Amino acid sequence: MYSMRRWSAKHANKLHHLYSGVESTLYKAAPLLEKIGYDKLEKPFMAVEKVTKGLLFDSQSCGQCTLGSTGMSCPMNCPKTIRNGPCGGVRPNGKCEVKPDMDCVWVVAWEGTQNMPPKEQAIHIVQPALDSRKKGTSAWLREVRLKRQEKAKANASQ
Amino acid sequence: MYFEDEPNPGENLPILPGHVSAGRFERVLRAGQFAVTAEIAPPDSADPQEVYDRAEVFDGYVDAINATDGSGANCHMSSVAMCALLAHKGYSMIMQVSCRDRNRIAIQGDVLGASAMGVSNILCLSGDGVQSGDHPEAKPVFDLDCMSSLSMLKGMRDQKQFLSGRKLTKPPEVFLGAAANPFAPPFDYRPHRLAKKVAAGAQFVQTQYCFDIEMLENYMKKVVDMGLHEKVFILPGVGPLASARAAEWIRSNVAGVHIPDAIIKRLAGAENQKQEGINICTDMINAIKDMQGVHGVHIMAYRMEYAVAEIVEKSGVLGNRKPWYPTRDIA
Repeated sequence: MYSMRRWSAKHANKLHHLYSGVESTLYKAAPLLEKIGYDKLEKPFMAVEKVTKGLLFDSQSCGQCTLGSTGMSCPMNCPKTIRNGPCGGVRPNGKCEVKPDMDCVWVVAWEGTQNMPPKEQAIHIVQPALDSRKKGTSAWLREVRLKRQEKAKANASQ
Repeated sequence: MYFEDEPNPGENLPILPGHVSAGRFERVLRAGQFAVTAEIAPPDSADPQEVYDRAEVFDGYVDAINATDGSGANCHMSSVAMCALLAHKGYSMIMQVSCRDRNRIAIQGDVLGASAMGVSNILCLSGDGVQSGDHPEAKPVFDLDCMSSLSMLKGMRDQKQFLSGRKLTKPPEVFLGAAANPFAPPFDYRPHRLAKKVAAGAQFVQTQYCFDIEMLENYMKKVVDMGLHEKVFILPGVGPLASARAAEWIRSNVAGVHIPDAIIKRLAGAENQKQEGINICTDMINAIKDMQGVHGVHIMAYRMEYAVAEIVEKSGVLGNRKPWYPTRDIA
């Protein structure tokens, strides 16, 4: 929902905290999630994620969520799916080159970023190319899994 | 400008220490010269002679030529083919690579092929949206964006591997470039975006048309404050406008081009509007050339390519320097 998307960028800081909170809660619950099995959880998680993130951010479920580095403005709504900042075609009024009725998602992202503390302004970090196989999968579960793997690796090397 | 190790046309120069490419363009910039580049419009034709003719108008006035990659999302001869034809003659080509029409598999293949055919400079772009061109019904690709494409090509060159990690037996030795638009919102983010492009691998950057010196000054001031001018060669874009009407049309139809009212007024008031367009372009170069952090100028004279010689001549930016061209060394 477009108006919701704009609201979310305005409240980027609070939403970012909330979002991080969800991720850390899930991380804490990871042993339980592992017991049930990530594969079994994929579908229900994806359903929840799609509804909540779809409502708040018009999330396109790319599966590699980068909202924290885009002022809570989903870059997959950019018609060019640019994940690293605004293209050169942004209109003087801040609207999108391709869709003249839509605010450029990166103009919104930059506004959203201003509402977040400087240390969380990951908008300056180069985002790697997207893995298109992950579209439609749960970014939350992936994040939990990755963190667990990293921790296991760190423990093993100690 | 002559190099001691001048090669036969079509053969590459040796790569100097601290350089990444075998091309003239990087040499001119690293030698601290004010560089001039121009843009060639690819023909709607399969005739190589048309390509040669289009390049010839720049002979002796430019250090490198940009070959556009379906600019404005219009279909033309491919940039890789244009670059191959002209690099073979000895021209220093800047191959534009847009992410709109090709995915990572195609782009990496094209860059390897282009490098094999003597292309030493690659400019990474996201690309205009398909809606602006002659095939609006086409499927836009955008597998990568300009940033991830830059870092992918940097990886090919420096890590000698594809994005997948598979090894290359010889990497593409290319000088990497990017585009910047200081004249589109969000203005205060634009210098940060340049920093990001530098981090991703950009070594030179060409900007969108500048018709507003004050706006460019503000941008360059921030760029210099951030120290970016020491990490990347910056060539602001300029170009002649054909008439006040053409300027009005560009302003409302070409994405990302900012033309102030004063420029249109000046054109409209002139007796010979075309000449006035050339004069404005020359004035822009004169205002840009001494700006701190500027290393050259990029002239986009779409459908007025013949004017590049006059613009360069009048602005005097080359001094006594004569850039290489195919018949230069024939006495």
